Amino acid sequence: MARETVPVQIQSVPAPRIASRRWPPSADRIASVLLIAPSVLAIAVFVYGFIAFTGFASLTKWNTLRPDFTFIGLANYARLFSTVRFQIDLHNTVTFTILFLVLCLSLGFGLAVLLDRGVRGEGIFRSIFLFPLALSFIVTGVVWRWLLNPGSVELGSTGVNQLFDRAGLGFLKSGWYTDPGIGIKAVVVAATWQLSGYVMAMYLAGLRGIPEELREAALVDGASEVQIYRHIIVPLLHPITLGAIIILGHISLKIFDLVVAMTGPGPGFSSDVPAFFMFDTTFRGNYFAQGAGIAVILLIMVAVLIIPYLVFNLRTETQR
Amino acid sequence: MVRYIRGLTVLSLLLVVALVPVSLSGAAMGGKLEIFSWWTAGGEAEGLSGMFSVYKKLYPGVEIVNATVAGGAGTNAKAVLATRLTGGDPPDSFQVHAGLEVQKYDPAGFLDPLDTIFKSEGWEKVFPTGLLTLLRYQGHYWSVPVNIHRANVMWYSKKVFTANYLTPPVTFDEFFKVADALKAKGIVPFVLGDKEGWEAGHAFEAVLIGTLGADAYRGLWTGKTQWTDARVAQALNTFKRMLTYTNSDHAALTWDGAGQYLIDAKGAMEIMGDWENGWFQSKNYADYGWAPPPGNTGVFDALSDSFSLPKKAPDRENAMNWLKVAGSKAGQEAFNPKKGSICARTDCNQSLFNPYLQSAAKDWRSNALVPSVIHGAAAFESWATQYKDALALFVTSGDVAKTQATLQAACKDAGVCK
Amino acid sequence: MRAAVPRTRGEVPWLRLASYAVLVAAALFYLLPIYVLVITGMKSFAEVNLYRMWDLPSRFSLDSFVKAWLGSATQGFRGLSNNFWNSVRLAVPATLLSAALGSMNGYVLSKWRFRGSDSLFALLLFGMFIPYQSILIPLVQVLSRIGLYGSIPGLIFVHVVYGIPITTLIFRNYYATVPGELVEAGKIDGAGILGIYRSIMFPISMPAFAVVMIWQFTSIWNDFLFGVIVTPRPAVQPITVALNNLAGSYIVEWNVQMAGALLAALPTMLLYIVLGRYFMRGLLAGSLKA
Repeated sequence: MARETVPVQIQSVPAPRIASRRWPPSADRIASVLLIAPSVLAIAVFVYGFIAFTGFASLTKWNTLRPDFTFIGLANYARLFSTVRFQIDLHNTVTFTILFLVLCLSLGFGLAVLLDRGVRGEGIFRSIFLFPLALSFIVTGVVWRWLLNPGSVELGSTGVNQLFDRAGLGFLKSGWYTDPGIGIKAVVVAATWQLSGYVMAMYLAGLRGIPEELREAALVDGASEVQIYRHIIVPLLHPITLGAIIILGHISLKIFDLVVAMTGPGPGFSSDVPAFFMFDTTFRGNYFAQGAGIAVILLIMVAVLIIPYLVFNLRTETQR
Repeated sequence: MVRYIRGLTVLSLLLVVALVPVSLSGAAMGGKLEIFSWWTAGGEAEGLSGMFSVYKKLYPGVEIVNATVAGGAGTNAKAVLATRLTGGDPPDSFQVHAGLEVQKYDPAGFLDPLDTIFKSEGWEKVFPTGLLTLLRYQGHYWSVPVNIHRANVMWYSKKVFTANYLTPPVTFDEFFKVADALKAKGIVPFVLGDKEGWEAGHAFEAVLIGTLGADAYRGLWTGKTQWTDARVAQALNTFKRMLTYTNSDHAALTWDGAGQYLIDAKGAMEIMGDWENGWFQSKNYADYGWAPPPGNTGVFDALSDSFSLPKKAPDRENAMNWLKVAGSKAGQEAFNPKKGSICARTDCNQSLFNPYLQSAAKDWRSNALVPSVIHGAAAFESWATQYKDALALFVTSGDVAKTQATLQAACKDAGVCK
Repeated sequence: MRAAVPRTRGEVPWLRLASYAVLVAAALFYLLPIYVLVITGMKSFAEVNLYRMWDLPSRFSLDSFVKAWLGSATQGFRGLSNNFWNSVRLAVPATLLSAALGSMNGYVLSKWRFRGSDSLFALLLFGMFIPYQSILIPLVQVLSRIGLYGSIPGLIFVHVVYGIPITTLIFRNYYATVPGELVEAGKIDGAGILGIYRSIMFPISMPAFAVVMIWQFTSIWNDFLFGVIVTPRPAVQPITVALNNLAGSYIVEWNVQMAGALLAALPTMLLYIVLGRYFMRGLLAGSLKA
């Protein structure tokens, strides 16, 4: 589970009584600043300072264990974008993100609707759908590596393929992550397994928050169940969908552990991702500058996704 | 509220229970010795523990920490190692391929030169000159070699070949004839396991040697042969055709997993280094044969594993003793028969070795020697990585022209080609 | 949360049946990997065979778990026991420290706001989303300068620092729902900022502490990237790093890998089973209400 799987809903805080601008400030005021100072300092150095350093490193010639800070401008980036492996990585990231979002959202929404309609054993179902979230991507990767290990024509099928064989569904067999045409899509299966339950839980909470009267009123007006979902419920759930897209989207941009444990870069880099390339080139190849470049590109992709959302959230809070 | 408190009590109880055993670990008797390697497969792991027992007999008080990081040819291990060196928390000694690979670890900054111990142990007399040249970088020795491996060996299943009245191919033409015959019988002719990304580059080394010959191959790494040479394209085309004869699951298998095809007599040939020999032994498989890959007769594609001494090694004394064991006759005789390699020393007792290794030792003395690139001897790590990635891509893309251009560009990057 | 009220009106029986069918099918999908994990772990070595991985064991055996836990001296690989305790020694203090820090920050940022505190909060929050790749390179350098590289305290430090945004967010959201009058009343009684925290805020913070601690514990236990970068040495590796290593090793049988995976998953799974309610609350941390 990623640390970031918490939807950012920022609770509005009532405005302070009077903005105290007395000088000298009271002892409590000083104390309040002192109390958060260590955290602020830590984030300033370990997040913003480090990012600045990484940004700087990406503009240098640092390609040995010991730093070499000769400034070479954007050369690393130019080179990176012309590297076949990086092009494949970006392509994989897009494929992964789209598939992962579509699968998680549709599966999560579908299951939430079914559970919301009131079924026996709801608690059990909910727990089953949600528990993969408690696991580490490493555990998920190890298990799914064996499940999606295709076996071979010569020695026999293994994993899921073997299950298909036994069920007489042999045509469903596939090479999974060993097939360069599938590659990263096999990782999507494992990632969806792990995180779709989380989307289900978010939607379920959202559905439970919709007043029953709204549905009743619509029913009285002669709306069908499908119409109610389309015109009332789904629009009401938009904020949740948006939140889920943001959370899942930024996880998929950063995906690393799962790829490490499950597939590695795969045949022809078909399951390689930028985060893995960064680790590989920086710490194995000693291309610190290039690794820093990849990190900066990752950061920009995440920032494009996250910052508008954060700003939007904080704005609406102050407006309230 | 009561619920929360109960919940918290459970949580804190869990935490307290979890904390208790903390006192159990740590505080070992005597010193430690952390040896870092990527030897996690059958024969190689046994070889390493053989060398450990020699060390333990001499220094019983020292606790050996076998810090292996999984991943063939050290792909993952090297990443972890570089971080540990820059972080100032290195192991006491680590595995490095003899040759230009050592450049990656910035020896002047992070390693101690071993010239004194080479002198005091008399190693300059017992290691072959070619190897000593390979070990010297910036005028110093940085690591102690424990073995010599041959990368260009074609392993084959005797059972498959005799059952089909075939003999191991000596040329590429023969290779394809044999392969067609085997394919018709439903046997995988050319077994490959390229899960980790380096294996294709390894097999291609042999194809390059077989196409260009020893001198022109050596020239690829010194700039005498250009990568734009027509023979490189020819080698790529040959390799591309060979890849049509592989097992369907090659991308899911590691080299040893692929070797299972030979053991099961469902596959015929595999090009792999002679660590395969050690692995076959650990599997109690004896019905295998070996030959140089097509066109490789009389050429020995060599690599050597060695151990280094990081500047900040925490248990320096123990590490020095370890290096002495690694370079000693007893250490190498304990290590190599199991690892499936020949001694780096020239004075090992040959009767300890199996027939394959005895033949390899003979070849080592008589063949033309060329350095392996995938295994760190021929080029700087950064160039070797580009070579490896280009070949890993080639397996799926099959694009000869583009791969050749990438290989030439890599040579230029390394400053060897113009 | 509204309780689930079965709404059966206007429903055709087969539709109900169909929804159950879908739910059961989905449940099978989620349970499949766990099934394999558990039965594989329970097979004896003689019975383990990749080509019969779905078959039930004919007799119960814990061999695989024992081997994954203790390792094998003859095969030359380490078990996970030491790494398991490393993870405990890592996750417990890091969780407690994170929670304490987050509680303080949340308290100040919700009840003692000053000019710019909201922007400050936004800047803190962004730290939660950054790809950690963008800080790894300087992280190794700085940790080694301050002597924390390669040690569990170093890793604790890293987790506490990068846990600040999320823990602050959860506590701030929680304290936002606490009426400001409580704090005012405390001030009138002459209590200072810490006094109010101790006597008023802390005692009612237990739900938020539970949520934060579960979340931090789970994510620290499950972390891999920081572990592999900061503590790669076998003696101090957390369990995720060791498991990944075990699973990549050729000499370790796949059933032992599976057993290892289950061992690594056990603490967080138990936490989830025992305290699943709070888990849900953590998910919905934004709308956390007392």
